[in-house]
Amino acid sequence: MDLTLKVWRQDGPQARGRFETYPVQGISADMSFLEMLDIVNERLITEGVEPIQFEHDCREGICGSCGVMINGKAHGGHERTATCQLHMRTFKDGDTIVVEPWRAGAFPVIRDLVVNRSALDRIIEVGGFISVNTGSAPEANMLPIPKEVSDAAMDAAECIGCGACVAACPNGAAQLFTSAKLQHLNLLPQGQAERWQRTVAMVEKMEEYFGGCTNHGECQVACPKGISIDFISYMNRDFIKGKSLNRRLGGQGLAK
Amino acid sequence: MVQAKPRSTVEAAVTPVNRRPKRQLPWPLNLYQTAVGKKWVMAITGVIGMGFIALHMFGNLKMYLGAAELDHYAVGLREIAYPILPKENALWLMRGVLSVALVLHVHSAFSLWAMNRRARPMGYQSKRDYIAANWASRTMKWTGPIILLFLAFHLADLTWGFANPDFEHGAVYNNVVASFERVPVSILYIVANLALGVHLYHGAWSLFQSLGVNNPSINWLRRGFAALFTAVIVGGNISFPIAVLTGIVG
Ligand code: HEM
Ligand code: SF4
Ligand code: FES
Repeated sequence: MDLTLKVWRQDGPQARGRFETYPVQGISADMSFLEMLDIVNERLITEGVEPIQFEHDCREGICGSCGVMINGKAHGGHERTATCQLHMRTFKDGDTIVVEPWRAGAFPVIRDLVVNRSALDRIIEVGGFISVNTGSAPEANMLPIPKEVSDAAMDAAECIGCGACVAACPNGAAQLFTSAKLQHLNLLPQGQAERWQRTVAMVEKMEEYFGGCTNHGECQVACPKGISIDFISYMNRDFIKGKSLNRRLGGQGLAK
Repeated sequence: MVQAKPRSTVEAAVTPVNRRPKRQLPWPLNLYQTAVGKKWVMAITGVIGMGFIALHMFGNLKMYLGAAELDHYAVGLREIAYPILPKENALWLMRGVLSVALVLHVHSAFSLWAMNRRARPMGYQSKRDYIAANWASRTMKWTGPIILLFLAFHLADLTWGFANPDFEHGAVYNNVVASFERVPVSILYIVANLALGVHLYHGAWSLFQSLGVNNPSINWLRRGFAALFTAVIVGGNISFPIAVLTGIVG
């Protein structure tokens, strides 16, 4: 396959970026999108040009680091597909492919296609965990959890923190990420003790960095893990409840 | 060999785009200090608006029963809950609730819109290709203000009357006919109602999501509910100017 690649190049966080065009020849349809970028970079290195910087790690859709905007769609816009899982056979010979980094105020570009996604960590830090005391692990079967509930929690836990939901959202909102990180804990018995504190803290932290949800539904189709916007609805419900409950008398953790 | 440009050594610093309120207001005002809470208020006030718009359209169908019926309906509105309350009290109460709801709806819409602008200071430099976001959801910020401007004209035309040269207080039927006989006014009504329809088509689906009313057994109904609600409201409202212009009512 012969392609034309239009890639965002930016020398540093403060630098002005621009699109650069690279003709690419001899790409196999079986390559992944990242392998195609590797080929381009090898050539750029031999030509003495700084290679295109992009983030990647697992290359099997589980680490969440490889997200870029491909032809105006996050991860290229295929169902449940991260950029590293995107095959070149989804393009046609002669195509022009435009590659751009995620755009959001909270995701500043570090270089080329690499953005700083640590704002997502700020959200996790304020509640995306369960506090446990040390000691021996309890017997697993002591806590009965209905199959449907553990399935739903697992669906939410699939989130790999790639940021595609923010990137795809016309408002730059992080609702899908935050709701997934909340609900995989809030659905389970172990998550109940800190449920309301967690929800309020994570939503309010999210709002410091990101936009607001207007229910476009663009995130759920961009998400490489197919996280459902139903979780956003559950998050909205838990947030209003968390703000309104009398947590002290309700016995739901400390009132704050 | 071309010299490679030096690598960046500066970490791209992540800074918040929105400030936390310095002081938490007492409940329930603290809900409105957050974006999720504002969206919740937008949905509640949207439901109030939907209730109003449905009753308003339904009441105006009296037009098809003739001048006496419509004018009598207008008198009836003033006498809701009479004689328990003095005349017009219940009407003013409803007007108050609707005005507060409208102010909150527009204020929350505007402040969330401003927040969303801050959340993406630099937009995509290549063409975006939306998959799910539809025309209705992406034009809410335009259809909303169109409805607001229309509402101002509508009140001036048929409630206060200064935009209607033939206006006569209490003669509702004649006022409506005189207004719609002006073709540009009829066109304005139709266009504004189409904007309302686009707004409702997204809003009546979206509000369930914002309120956290999400249940797999009702989710399949939401799109249909929004479409049906929109069709009934817009269809009914648009029929009025058309009926006047075609002489069915007059
Ligand atoms: C009769 C008048 C109106 C009705 C019945 C109405 C109804 C609604 C409803 C039901 C929603 C959905 C709430 C949600 O997403 O949870 C909504 C959203 C919205 N409305 Fe209205 N509205 C009206 C007038 C206005 C006006 C005058 C504005 C003026 C600026 C406006 C701006 C908006 C905006 C920006 C949204 C948010 C859209 C989104 O979240 O995607 N609306 N409206
Ligand atoms: S919700 Fe989906 S799109 Fe968003 S960060 Fe998680 S995996 Fe990525
Ligand atoms: S490289 Fe790990 S998800 Fe793509």
